Amino acid sequence: MTVTQTKPAKTSGSARPVLSVRWGRLSFRLHRRTAAVGAASLAVSALLLAVSLCTGAYAVAPGDVARALFFGTGERLAVHFVNQERLPQALLAVLVGCALGISGAIFQNVSRNPLASPDVIGFNSGAATGAITAIVFGGGAAATAAGAIGGGLATAAVVFLLAGSGGFNGVRLVLIGLGVTAMLGSVNSYLLTRSTLHNAQNAHVWLIGTFNGRSWSSVQIMAVALAALLPASVVLNRQLRILEMGDDLAHGLGVRVIRARLALTLLGVGLCGVAVASAGPVPFVALAAPQIALMLTRGPVSVIAAGVTGAALLSGAHLVSHQFLPLLARLHLVAETQRDGQLPVGVTTGVLGGAYLAWVLFHRRRAGAV
Amino acid sequence: MAQETSPPSAAAVASQPAPVRVLFRGGGLLGLGCVLFLLVLLSTWLGTKDTSLAQVWSALWGDDGSYATGVIRELRLPRTLVGLLVGASLGVAGALMQTVTRNPLADPGILGVNAGASAAVVFAIGVIGLGDFTSLVWFSFLGAAFASVVVYVLGASGRGGPTPVRLTLAGAAISASLGGVIAGLTVFDAATYDFLRFWMVGSLAGRSPELVLELVPFVLVGVVAAMVLAPSLNALALGDELGRGLGVHLGRVRAGTVVTVTLLCGAATAAAGPIGFVGLVVPLIARRLTGPDLRWSLPYCVLMGPVLVLVSDIVGRVVLPTGELEVGAVTAVVGAPVFIAMVRRFKKVSL
Repeated sequence: MTVTQTKPAKTSGSARPVLSVRWGRLSFRLHRRTAAVGAASLAVSALLLAVSLCTGAYAVAPGDVARALFFGTGERLAVHFVNQERLPQALLAVLVGCALGISGAIFQNVSRNPLASPDVIGFNSGAATGAITAIVFGGGAAATAAGAIGGGLATAAVVFLLAGSGGFNGVRLVLIGLGVTAMLGSVNSYLLTRSTLHNAQNAHVWLIGTFNGRSWSSVQIMAVALAALLPASVVLNRQLRILEMGDDLAHGLGVRVIRARLALTLLGVGLCGVAVASAGPVPFVALAAPQIALMLTRGPVSVIAAGVTGAALLSGAHLVSHQFLPLLARLHLVAETQRDGQLPVGVTTGVLGGAYLAWVLFHRRRAGAV
Repeated sequence: MAQETSPPSAAAVASQPAPVRVLFRGGGLLGLGCVLFLLVLLSTWLGTKDTSLAQVWSALWGDDGSYATGVIRELRLPRTLVGLLVGASLGVAGALMQTVTRNPLADPGILGVNAGASAAVVFAIGVIGLGDFTSLVWFSFLGAAFASVVVYVLGASGRGGPTPVRLTLAGAAISASLGGVIAGLTVFDAATYDFLRFWMVGSLAGRSPELVLELVPFVLVGVVAAMVLAPSLNALALGDELGRGLGVHLGRVRAGTVVTVTLLCGAATAAAGPIGFVGLVVPLIARRLTGPDLRWSLPYCVLMGPVLVLVSDIVGRVVLPTGELEVGAVTAVVGAPVFIAMVRRFKKVSL
C-alpha cells in the first residue's frame, strides 16, 4: 500500500471522515467509525485471548504466561497448557470467528436477507453429513475436515441449483435451504443411530462446534486459508456495498452483477467451509456478527468490521465455555472431577445467540421492523 | 401418498354445482378412508414374524391365545394405532398452524415444539433420572407445551400481532437456546445422549397398548376442537378486519388454536418423538385437493396424516434387509422433496 491519508470526503454536503488507501488501481475506503469499531473489537479479542491464556482449570499467573510464551521456560505443565493448548485454541477462536463473521456478512447481503447465514442455506447440514459419515466410518481429524468441506460444498451447490433462476431471491433460497436442511437432518440422525456410541458421541461434539483438542496444525490451515481469502474479501467489499443498492443501480455503476454475486458467494462458502472444517458448525456467529457490526458502525456493510466483530464474539464465547465448568466446580455445583471438562463452544453461542435473537424480537416489537 | 385416490383438482371441483362438489369431496374422503384401512391391515400384516392375512383378520376381532395373535395384538396393532393417532394429530396441527399464522409453510418443528420436547426428555433422563417411557411421555408433552407457549408469546409481542416472520424468528430463537441447553446437558452424559439419539429420529417401534389409550383423549379433544374452530378460522383467513366484522373474537380464536395445536402436536411428539414434515406436507396437499375451506381440508388432514405416517413406517420396515428404518427418518426423506418442489412452483415467494 503506497498512500495512506486522511481526508474529509464530501458526501451529500456533510463531511464524513474517511481513511482512504490507494494501491495501483485498487482503492480502499474506510470510515472513521468503522475503523474505530474494528480497532475496539480487535482490542477486545486480544484482551479475551490474554485472559483465556491465564485462566482455566489450571490457572497460570500472567507473568508465567509471558515467560512460557516468549521464552518457553517455567513450569512444564504451565508451558504445555499455554503453548500447546490454550494459545492455539484461542487463536483458532479469533480466526474462525473472523471467517464466520465475514461469510455471514456476504451471505446476508448477497441474498438481501438479514437472516441468511450459511447455516440457513444448508451448508452446515451438508458439512455435518460429510463429517458424521467420516467419523462413523472411523476417519480421523483430516478425514472429518475433508468430509465437512466436501459435504458442505455439494449441499450449497444443490440448494443454489434448486433455487434456479430465482437463486438469489432471498426467501426462496432460504426455504429451499430449510427443506434440504431438514432432509439432511434426518439422514444425520439416522447415521448417528447406526454407529457405536463412542463414534456417535464424537460426532455429537463435532456437531455442537468445539475447539477442544485442536492444535497448531488447525491454526496453520486456518491462517493460510484466511491469508488467501481475507484480501479477496476486502477487494470485493466494494461490490458488496454497490449490490446492496439494488441490481439495476449496481449494473448502472458498472458492476457485473451476476459475476460479482457468484464471486462473493464462492468466497462466503469458502470462508464458512474452512471455519466449519476446523471447529464444526458453531451456531449463530455468522448470523449475529454482521448485524452487531452494522449496529456499531451505523455505516455501510464492511466485511472487516463483521470479521473483527465475529472474532470478538467467538473469543468471548470460547472464554465462557472454557471457564464454565471450572467455575461451577469452584461453586461446588458440579463434582470436582468434572472440573477439567471443557464445554463445546457451540453450547455457549447457541444459548447466548438464541437469547440475543429473542431479545432483538422483544426489543423491536414496537418498531414493526421485524 | 394417496394421490391415486384423489378427487379432481380443487379448481375443477369448485366450478361444479354445490351438490356435485360435496359428492366429489365426500367420495374423496371415503376413498382415503379405504386406503387408510388397507394400510392398517398391511401394517399389522407385515413384519419379521410371518403371519397370514386370515390370522391378521381374526386377531383384529378376538384373542385366540396363539403366538401370532399375540404378536399382532401386542406389538403391531399398538404400533399401527399410535401411527394413526400421531399422523392425524400432526396433520391437523399443521393445518391449524398454517391457517392461524397465514403462513403456508408453518410447521410445528419451526415453532419450537420439538426443541421443547427434546429438552424436557433430556432434563427428565439426565437431571431427574427418570427411566421409564410413561413418565417421559408426560415430560415431553409438558416441554412441548411450554416451548410453544413461549414462542407464541414472544412472536405475538409485536404491534402487528403474531406475524409469520416473528413467529418463525421466535421459534428459531427458542429452538437455538434450547438446543444449546440440550447439547450442554448431553455432551458429558453418554447414557442420556444414547437415549436422545434414538428418540430424536422419531419412531413407532415398541409402543405399548397403554400408550394408545393415553393418546386417544388428547387426539380426540384436539380434532374436535379443531373442527369447532374451523368456521372461525375460515373467517379469520379473510383478514383480521373482515373476520372481526363476521363476528369472530380474534384473541379467543387465536388462543384456542394455539392450545389445540399444543395438545395435538405435544401428544404426537411425546408418543413418537419429533417426526418432521408430516405437519407441513399433509395440510399443503389437503389444501390443494379441497381448497381453503378448513371444514373440508381438516377431515382430509385427519386421514392423510396417518396415510403418510403408516406408509413411511411400512417402507421403513421393509426397505432394509435386516432391521428397520425409523419412521421419522423416512417421512423427512419423503416429505422434503415435495416441499422443495412446491417452493419452486411458487411464482412469488413471501413469508
